[in-house]
Amino acid sequence: MNEFIGFTFIIIGALFDLFGCIGLIRLPDLYNRLQAATKCVTLGTCGILLGSLIIFGLTAAGMKAFLCALFILITSPTSAHALARASHIAGVKLWEGSVVDKLKEDTEKK
Amino acid sequence: MRKGILFLLLLIVWILLVWPFSGGAVDYQSIVAGVVVSFFASLVFGELFTESPHKFLGVKRYLWAILYIPIFLWSCLLANLDVAYRVLHPLLPIKPGIVKVKTRLKSKSAITALANSITLTPGTMTVEVLDDGYLYIHWIWVKEADVEKATLIIVRRFENLLERIFE
Repeated sequence: MNEFIGFTFIIIGALFDLFGCIGLIRLPDLYNRLQAATKCVTLGTCGILLGSLIIFGLTAAGMKAFLCALFILITSPTSAHALARASHIAGVKLWEGSVVDKLKEDTEKK
Repeated sequence: MRKGILFLLLLIVWILLVWPFSGGAVDYQSIVAGVVVSFFASLVFGELFTESPHKFLGVKRYLWAILYIPIFLWSCLLANLDVAYRVLHPLLPIKPGIVKVKTRLKSKSAITALANSITLTPGTMTVEVLDDGYLYIHWIWVKEADVEKATLIIVRRFENLLERIFE
């Protein structure tokens, strides 16, 4: 039973990872790609790790999976923020279909 | 005091990492090694840790944090379904832009948690954080470019809980 639930989680996680990769290819600019990559890969990888936690139970391997999921939840959005901020400062342009860029307006005002 | 809290946190991470309870017997050797390592690590890095260690003692904060976890996971799941929908749709329905929102949270840890939560929830990603409480959010489907209205949609659902946890 535990194995069944665990493998379900792993399959769902792998599916979300796949969606993230498709988004990485299809979306037009860096910021949209970062969105897809961060969200889907975070939940997908956490799903895979949670699945292994359920399969292994409270053993050394299972707790390591839990700890990895926790660290990914903290570090993945932080690194996405760092990348987005750095590329905006470096002047990477938004996709031409973008409707508003408040950050650029405010930087130019100063 | 902040060294003591850091010591406890490090010890918890160490115990989760080596997990000395498997196989029926407790592996005291690893626990003693963890106590020694955490002690010296907290002596060295204690000054760099949190600015307000007294916040760790509030029991209510932990209860609110437990309430926050399911809300956060639910919006995280919605975010993923949202991205999956946009990515798999043949017309690629996106209308991206960077909007500005304002938060009333003050402490650094609270703003960090808010920015991370925004990044992991539907369609939004934090690009820049300013000291005076303004955040610049990249939004994959801009509903409102106005500061006040965008704040209502993006920030309010987390702000009240995070204020109780971190402020």
